[in-house]
Amino acid sequence: MVKSKKVLFWLVAMLGMFFLGVVSQSSGLIDDFFYYWEDIVYLSVQHMQLSAISGSAAIVLAVPLGIWLSRPACKRFAEPMMQVLNIGTTVPTLAILALSMSFLGIGATPAVFALCIATLLPIVRNTYVGLLAVPDHLKEAANGMGMTPGQILLRVEIPNALYVIFAGIRTALTINVGTVPLAFLIGGGGLGELIFTGIDLDEMPMLLAGAIPTSLLAVLVDISVGILAFFIVPKGVNPLRMNT
Amino acid sequence: MIQLENLTKIFETPDGVVTAADNINMTVPQGEICVLLGPSGCGKTTTLKMLNRIIPPTSGRVMINGEDTSTLDTISLRRNIGYVIQQIGLFPNMTIAENISIVPRLLGWDKKRYLARAEELLAMVALEPKTFMQRYPRELSGGQQQRVGVIRALAADPPVMLMDEPFGAIDPINREVIQDEFLKMQEELQKTILFVSHDIDEAVKMADKVAIFNAGKLIQFDSPDALLAHPCNKFVEDFVGTDRTLKRLRLAKVADVMTPAPTPVKPDDDLQTALQIMQNNDYVAVTMVDTLGRPIGSITRDLATAKRGRCGDHFYGLRAIARVDDDLRSVASAMFSKDTTWMPCVDDEGIFRGEISQRGVTHYLGATYRSREAQQTGVQHGEV
Amino acid sequence: METLAFIAESWSLIFSLTLEHISLVSVAVGLAILTGVPIGIAITQNESVAAVVLYAASIIITVPSIALFGLMIPVLSLFGQGIGYLPAVIAVLLYSQLPIIRNTYAAINNVDPALREAARGLGMTPVQRLRLVEIPLAIPVIFAGIRTAVVMNIGVMAIAAYIGAGGLGTLISRGITQTDPRQLIAGALAVSLLAIIADYALLYCQRKLTPKGVSA
Repeated sequence: MVKSKKVLFWLVAMLGMFFLGVVSQSSGLIDDFFYYWEDIVYLSVQHMQLSAISGSAAIVLAVPLGIWLSRPACKRFAEPMMQVLNIGTTVPTLAILALSMSFLGIGATPAVFALCIATLLPIVRNTYVGLLAVPDHLKEAANGMGMTPGQILLRVEIPNALYVIFAGIRTALTINVGTVPLAFLIGGGGLGELIFTGIDLDEMPMLLAGAIPTSLLAVLVDISVGILAFFIVPKGVNPLRMNT
Repeated sequence: MIQLENLTKIFETPDGVVTAADNINMTVPQGEICVLLGPSGCGKTTTLKMLNRIIPPTSGRVMINGEDTSTLDTISLRRNIGYVIQQIGLFPNMTIAENISIVPRLLGWDKKRYLARAEELLAMVALEPKTFMQRYPRELSGGQQQRVGVIRALAADPPVMLMDEPFGAIDPINREVIQDEFLKMQEELQKTILFVSHDIDEAVKMADKVAIFNAGKLIQFDSPDALLAHPCNKFVEDFVGTDRTLKRLRLAKVADVMTPAPTPVKPDDDLQTALQIMQNNDYVAVTMVDTLGRPIGSITRDLATAKRGRCGDHFYGLRAIARVDDDLRSVASAMFSKDTTWMPCVDDEGIFRGEISQRGVTHYLGATYRSREAQQTGVQHGEV
Repeated sequence: METLAFIAESWSLIFSLTLEHISLVSVAVGLAILTGVPIGIAITQNESVAAVVLYAASIIITVPSIALFGLMIPVLSLFGQGIGYLPAVIAVLLYSQLPIIRNTYAAINNVDPALREAARGLGMTPVQRLRLVEIPLAIPVIFAGIRTAVVMNIGVMAIAAYIGAGGLGTLISRGITQTDPRQLIAGALAVSLLAIIADYALLYCQRKLTPKGVSA
């Protein structure tokens, strides 16, 4: 039932788009928009590269960090550490970029570094919280069967925490893709170039040539991570598949 | 008084139409507890919840004290019916006092009156008002919460109460205690109560009437004793269990079954006197009491025949004593554990009031079957 | 050192920009509460409407803030309000809907069905149920949603400086264009501190507003 409503929602959205398209076509906006087509393609690729590099670096760093913090040996400093991370997530992304620039200068490197930091935090937090939320009785049962700590982690804890971990990755990557336009401000490139220049020059088509692909990219990333989670998280512990 | 007339609930589900309650008819007299009993999904809870329209009936009528409730609006109907559910449902954001006085407050009582009422009710269930009024539900034990749940339903003094497995979530020991307290309260309050349970023992203990449900139908509506003695079909027979006659032990008091006030002997009496009493009354034994009338021993016929002298010099000690308001279950238990078939019965002061024997108990339990057989033979033979 | 000196000397500027930032976020989130909480309560009545509303809100929040500004500017320019205060407030208003609606919806929906049944059985009207039971129990979760919205939108509002909305983002944008690390760091620190302080202050309020008998 919910699914058919979603379809309806998209239909309405499409109709709206179509209507907008008709309006903008009649005003000549579309032609202006395609004037920037080459820029859009070039900058989109750059945009995605920034996103892919910083995002995958963040995942590679954050998941092991979250796992490590959730181990009993780290109990003493894991909580204070999470407090610090929580404060870190409240820091606005523009501020992270600005601080990164003031220490690393301008260009792609400080941009990737800042993006990576901003993306890191939600993933570490969700990995840690997800692993800690695995019920003790499951771990106890696994212990009782004689599984090694490594086996318990791989076969019991991670599969059960995977949904929460994926939720973290999804949030983080959405933030990442949404922050990439700001990277232009510190010389990192990407679709932000069209948006900010468009604002400065009061050039609507240029502005839209940046804003529309950026929005689509963000929605696309969000949806694809969602689909990935749908299929990768084991069916028995996947709230999205509980009644299928 | 509660009357249900052709009360019916039909649910439309994706898998088709389900009749959850099928033309239920019954009458619960004022001041009685009627337990709705049956396996899960039998329609007992649906029937209960149609009374306060938590589940709106598909058809049929509910009359409370002769008034058709369909003429009342839902809100005022509910405020006049006490409602207790298994999950208790105390509001965690309110203190105990606020929880208890919620209906009075909705009814617009003034503050002094509803606070006084809350104190009175807390005292009634032995919860010290000073201690509990300002506490929050989570600071109370499960048993305490359930007591508060019950008195919250009583707050505006409704004539009728609906209880949906009210003691189901409480551990067995506390459940017995709360059931006893509740019965004592009911003796005073005389509410008309519908009570859902899936536990035959609870039903036998609490009920004046039991309504057994299966698959949406009311199968049998009877007193607990009649239900246990004469289950109307195989389903009821299976549901009440093969030990149903033993369950009936709980329903009778010693006072109903004992031989009242047989002549006792005193320690100073001669054994010949004791023998005389036994022969005159056709007893196998006679009880010996002290000067205050409390039983202290027994003389059997053999003993009185074999020995000479005073009763006080030749008697058997008492293995067990029954109290007149004990139920037969505890008497049977004492007989088995003390290996005896006979017990003197005393009142609250310990004064000898009668004797109970195993034969007396079995005779009592068998009476209902004999009378029914006699009736049936009587009818067959056309006797008057 | 230079940065500290800069902060000391332009103290009053930083202070007034902070006030501006706070007032922008407060107005927008305040409006968002006025719309989001009633919507969140209303959609508990219908599951499929709820699914659509939550889905729409989650799509909106996915759109990057700078892109959302970019999309709004051409539309609002038609009324001569393309840049400045209005698009910033509208964007924050839109972004705040998801956390507020979602938390309100979830909190009301998660009220123990037994409590709802008890409330009905005691003869409460739907409005009384909402006022006496459901909202008091939902307050902590609703407030958590408001907190998320505020913290998130302090960041969004910083970006809004680029469309001329003012606030602490002005310092950052000026710092970047003039390659002046003093303004850059001062702005970044101020906006971060503001977010952190707002987070803790609202957490404190959230605890204060939680009914005593309900665990936080």
